[in-house]
Amino acid sequence: MAQYAMVIDTKTCIGCGDCVVACKTENNVPAGLNRDWVVEATRGTYPNLTTEFRSERCNHCSHATCVYTCPTGASHYWRDSNIVLVDASKCTGCKACIAACPYDARLIMHPDGYIDKCTFCHHRVEQGLDPACVSTCPTRCMHFGVLDDPNTPVSRLLQSRDYKVLLPETGNQPNVYYLV
Amino acid sequence: MRLNRREFIKLSGLLAAGGIVPPALLSGCSSRRLPGTGKLTATPTVCDICFWKCAGTVHVEDGLPWKVVGNDDDPHSTGRLCTRGTGGLGAYEDRDRLRQPLLRVHQNGKQTFKPVSWDEAFGFIAGKMQTIAEKHGRDRLALLAHGSGGSHFERLLKAYGSHAYAHPSFAQCRGPREVAFGLTYGEGVGSPDRTDMEHSRCVVLVGSHIGENLHNGQVQTLIDAINQDATLITVDPRFSVAAGKSKYWLPIKPGTDIALLLAWINVLINEGLYDKDYVARYTVGLDQLTQHVQPFNPEWAYLETGLDPELIRDTAYAMAASAPATLVHPGRHVTWYGDDTQRERAIAILNALLGSWGRKGGFYIQEKVDLPAYPAPQPAKPETDWKAVVQPEFPLAPTGISQKILQACAGPEAYFKGLFVYGTNLPHTIPDIKATLEAAADNLDLFVVIDTLPAEITGYADVVLPECTYLERYDDLRNSPERVPSLALRMPAFEPSHDTRPAWWMARQLAVRLELGEYFPWDDYADVLDWQLKQVGSSLEEMQASGVKRYPRKTPLYFADRQDIRFQTPSGKIELYSRTLAEHGYDPLPVYTAPEKPAENYYRLNYGRGPAHTFGRTTNNPLLFELMPENAVWVNPRVASQWQLKNGDYVQLKNQDGVISNRVRVRVTERTGANAVFMVHGFGHTARGLRLTSGVGADDAGLMTNVKLDPIMGGTGMRANFVTFVKA
Repeated sequence: MAQYAMVIDTKTCIGCGDCVVACKTENNVPAGLNRDWVVEATRGTYPNLTTEFRSERCNHCSHATCVYTCPTGASHYWRDSNIVLVDASKCTGCKACIAACPYDARLIMHPDGYIDKCTFCHHRVEQGLDPACVSTCPTRCMHFGVLDDPNTPVSRLLQSRDYKVLLPETGNQPNVYYLV
Repeated sequence: MRLNRREFIKLSGLLAAGGIVPPALLSGCSSRRLPGTGKLTATPTVCDICFWKCAGTVHVEDGLPWKVVGNDDDPHSTGRLCTRGTGGLGAYEDRDRLRQPLLRVHQNGKQTFKPVSWDEAFGFIAGKMQTIAEKHGRDRLALLAHGSGGSHFERLLKAYGSHAYAHPSFAQCRGPREVAFGLTYGEGVGSPDRTDMEHSRCVVLVGSHIGENLHNGQVQTLIDAINQDATLITVDPRFSVAAGKSKYWLPIKPGTDIALLLAWINVLINEGLYDKDYVARYTVGLDQLTQHVQPFNPEWAYLETGLDPELIRDTAYAMAASAPATLVHPGRHVTWYGDDTQRERAIAILNALLGSWGRKGGFYIQEKVDLPAYPAPQPAKPETDWKAVVQPEFPLAPTGISQKILQACAGPEAYFKGLFVYGTNLPHTIPDIKATLEAAADNLDLFVVIDTLPAEITGYADVVLPECTYLERYDDLRNSPERVPSLALRMPAFEPSHDTRPAWWMARQLAVRLELGEYFPWDDYADVLDWQLKQVGSSLEEMQASGVKRYPRKTPLYFADRQDIRFQTPSGKIELYSRTLAEHGYDPLPVYTAPEKPAENYYRLNYGRGPAHTFGRTTNNPLLFELMPENAVWVNPRVASQWQLKNGDYVQLKNQDGVISNRVRVRVTERTGANAVFMVHGFGHTARGLRLTSGVGADDAGLMTNVKLDPIMGGTGMRANFVTFVKA
């Protein structure tokens, strides 16, 4: 299976939100909803401070609780990969996945009556392109690729840099990595 | 409101009366089909959401706007648009756009705007212009413009017989640095800024908040420097995004930058750390400078700036260690305290000592494409010199000073009788200008506003001309001086919405009515572009496919080692000591003056950009509004606790002159110190026609009633204002 990962360098992320707007236009995300967002975490007291910006989204977990929780099979893995998708025609809007997701990464409700979320732009991945957020990032702090091959840029970044994932203790095995 | 001849007209009622349902907004409702699987078209554009002018491609799917992305060949964007450029479709889809020409009429004792035909609007304007020419003279018409289409109205103004125009980007933004670098090096920094950050080993930002200010190439090259482990030094009282990426953050007391710069110069000179060969070869005035900075050692600077003398020394050493690949960044919006040209002079001098001008990692030499102008007669220059009448106290200002032009529109004896305002919302752009604008509106025989949105400025006009957005028009080719000469094409991706038109068409139509058509010998601006492109080995057809064309450089990017260079200054050298300034009665070397201090319980009003918006131009853009719908006032936790303010509370801000802002949310954050508050500029709109953004957030410009005029170039210093809190 292909393990797709996003590796985001917090050292060069400036929190500009370009990833958010690019996702909205690329995927026609309805007004008022977002599939990705930016978190700012400032620590310390003036003038001894650090700020970290993180572009966050669905972690496309290798052990995705949303997929296992979904009663109708709407939440599923795309092909033989870790990309988690929602089949709108099977989704009843029961919101079990929202409760199951530790990352709050699922949109409350698409106006068409299903639970929407980040797709890692699988329609672009299929064509060999990066997700829209990655391809627009003006600081090039976002990287995308597979971890199955140790020589891909994302694999190499994780080999050479310190990194973290969000909420590793859940056991969900998230695939969005933050270089620190 | 005291507008007699012209009451301020609020556009809301009119627009609501239109009652037209806006097109569905990127909601893509019914179809769950994957994006990009429909019928696709791609059209080149040059972004107009800010003035970096990145080239991109507009993608349309099944006839509906889909997305705008960067053009990979474009040196401004390297294929990646910024947040605002990515949100560019929101400008096209904004339901509040101006839809048809509007003419001020008197109806039932009230003034209102009547939608009129283009013919009627042009007839009115041309009639007034004829009258002004006959009664007062052709030199009595002025233009204030910001943005691509302004060039067409500049041409109209010149054809009519006036050269009186100004861009607020001078006196409200980067004028001090252009004048200071001009005095020192004989040429300005220009736009895009000629900074060679991608090769810098050390970058010094003095109050510049690149990263929040999202000028694309600046952001990308600063990140290049960071990725290559360049030493980043940021001077800012606020913990800016750049400060958070820096090896050294210098949390300076606001307004004391010149003290720090003088101390840095002191260390470089006294410890012999400057580039001796470069300084000897290219500069004049080292002796005077050396003598001048003797009192200003880091210990002296500590008392002014609050910065540890060792930190001042260490950062000076870091700069010297990487020189000449050390860039002391000149910043961009630099009209702060009124001594801004002098501060920028200190920055220019520091760069000269480091030998960074014309060197790799410092400032590169710009080049643009040698693009001929379309053959057309050149209008004669007016016999009168408007600057000698309107801004005689600023002989060193190389261009128009926007607020001076407005002042010369106000009052019965005013010099100007007609005014065009293109694409700039003056009440939010120039501090403390509303009374002048009202007086101007009261006095002028003709007041025309050209815009895409019913911004505040439209309320002062006789005639409002609705321009189509950049996605619906041709403009001049982008030919910016930069590292790689290139041309970029903006062309319509969509037909103009409603009854809007491009600026080139409006200017030409007016010219024809004024019998000035000979100066506009084209029916379609596309023909002009095609002719120009064919002179440089391209064509409109080629550019419609590629969007961008790069050209090889004909000149070197940097000075050669020990090259003999004549600078465009009176001495032919880099002028550390400026005789020009001395001759005009100004300090020939930068002098520090302590900033005004706040009264008790008042805090300095600091302001800046947020990455989601370009001034107030984009706050009504639905895509960008959603990303950042309102601004907040940043308050240090200690101050918040003193005032019992919580995160998310609404407050109003009252300035030192009693002006009270709209309500604004509090953001309690350590990222601002206890002596200043901060807010992002561009909010607090009052124009009701801007239905998303009207009444949302606070307007920093409205609180700037203490304007510090730069005596050298007429810049409006905006950072000498203090506010306190009023519970909303």
